[in-house]
Amino acid sequence: MHEFSIVMSIVETAEEKVKEHHAHSVESIDLVIGDLAGVDSHALDFAWESAVKNTVLQTAKRNIIHLAARAKCLECDCEFEIKELFDGCPLCGEPLLQIMQGKELQIKSMILN
Amino acid sequence: MCATCGCDSDAKVSIHRVGEAGLLNVENLTLTPLKEPIHVGTEKRDRKEITLEQDVLLKNNLLAERNRGYFLAKEILALNLVSSPGSGKTSLLERTLLDLRGTENFYVIEGDQQTSNDADRIAATHVPVVQINTGKGCHLDSEMISSAIQQLHPQNGSILFIENIGNLVCPAMFDLGEQKRVVIISVTEGDDKPIKYPDMFQSSQLCIINKIDLLPYLKCDLDKLKQYARRVNPTMEFIELSCTTGEGLSQWYDWLKKEKLQEQSMLV
Repeated sequence: MHEFSIVMSIVETAEEKVKEHHAHSVESIDLVIGDLAGVDSHALDFAWESAVKNTVLQTAKRNIIHLAARAKCLECDCEFEIKELFDGCPLCGEPLLQIMQGKELQIKSMILN
Repeated sequence: MCATCGCDSDAKVSIHRVGEAGLLNVENLTLTPLKEPIHVGTEKRDRKEITLEQDVLLKNNLLAERNRGYFLAKEILALNLVSSPGSGKTSLLERTLLDLRGTENFYVIEGDQQTSNDADRIAATHVPVVQINTGKGCHLDSEMISSAIQQLHPQNGSILFIENIGNLVCPAMFDLGEQKRVVIISVTEGDDKPIKYPDMFQSSQLCIINKIDLLPYLKCDLDKLKQYARRVNPTMEFIELSCTTGEGLSQWYDWLKKEKLQEQSMLV
């Protein structure tokens, strides 16, 4: 359940930004989470609810932008959508891949009040 | 606040030296500073949109890079040992520290949710050790390692083993600043572990397959296990060994020496 640590990092950043911009609280926050980021949405929801209590994110609307994962086969250069880390190349079957997208775990933006 | 479910218990991380000098410098790091309740006022305030595009784990990753720089400058080989509970991480460490006694300077950071049982076992080998108890936390992070190093003061050119919390999920996400991540799997765990927990096997460079003396009693196919691991990580190295019989340990010791030489050559 590392999702709690993740939410705590988000809370910490939000607190810093609110202070830096002399704001009061966060109205909304946009997060980008890749499908291979290793974050479970249900665990994140569960952690979010308790972690944001009494913080600047308490009433914030949370938007999650999910990014589908994409990989490139280092043998045949084929680019494809990857569902699991152990998926091989759909063309040549090789496992030697470069993950192009899907590992992202970012705070994209916030609206401060 | 509790790092697992967010309950209001004061979960604290404790980091302390274990061994001859007894309990030194007990440091308590509160995971989350208690915040005053924020009351959303009724007064009108300006709205402001800010763009961050910032990695959520930025702080951990920055501090991990700082740890890595410290290790590099001091020519310390730092290894992050990860596995599920009971795979034999501490037994492997005990055996390694005793077998290689006098040949290298070793230091150990032990991570567990509770107790200093593992650090006590390491302290019995007379190797300096710091125990990190994460309370409810499920992984070590780079800040904990930074604090532990400040208590250990590892010498230049030494080898630092960091024994992470027994957990094949969460520690995969947290860079500690190690040079190499070593995943340990015992043959009793089943040969499909690598695809059940792909993140950990993808982020590790060496896979130690432990307890091979038990193979005759189990239906564990080592070739299959390696195939699964290579599907997730085609460049993974493997060492098969048994801490009980000593079989395969020389390969592990050779690997350590090779990695240490590489670490030293990075500065040249």
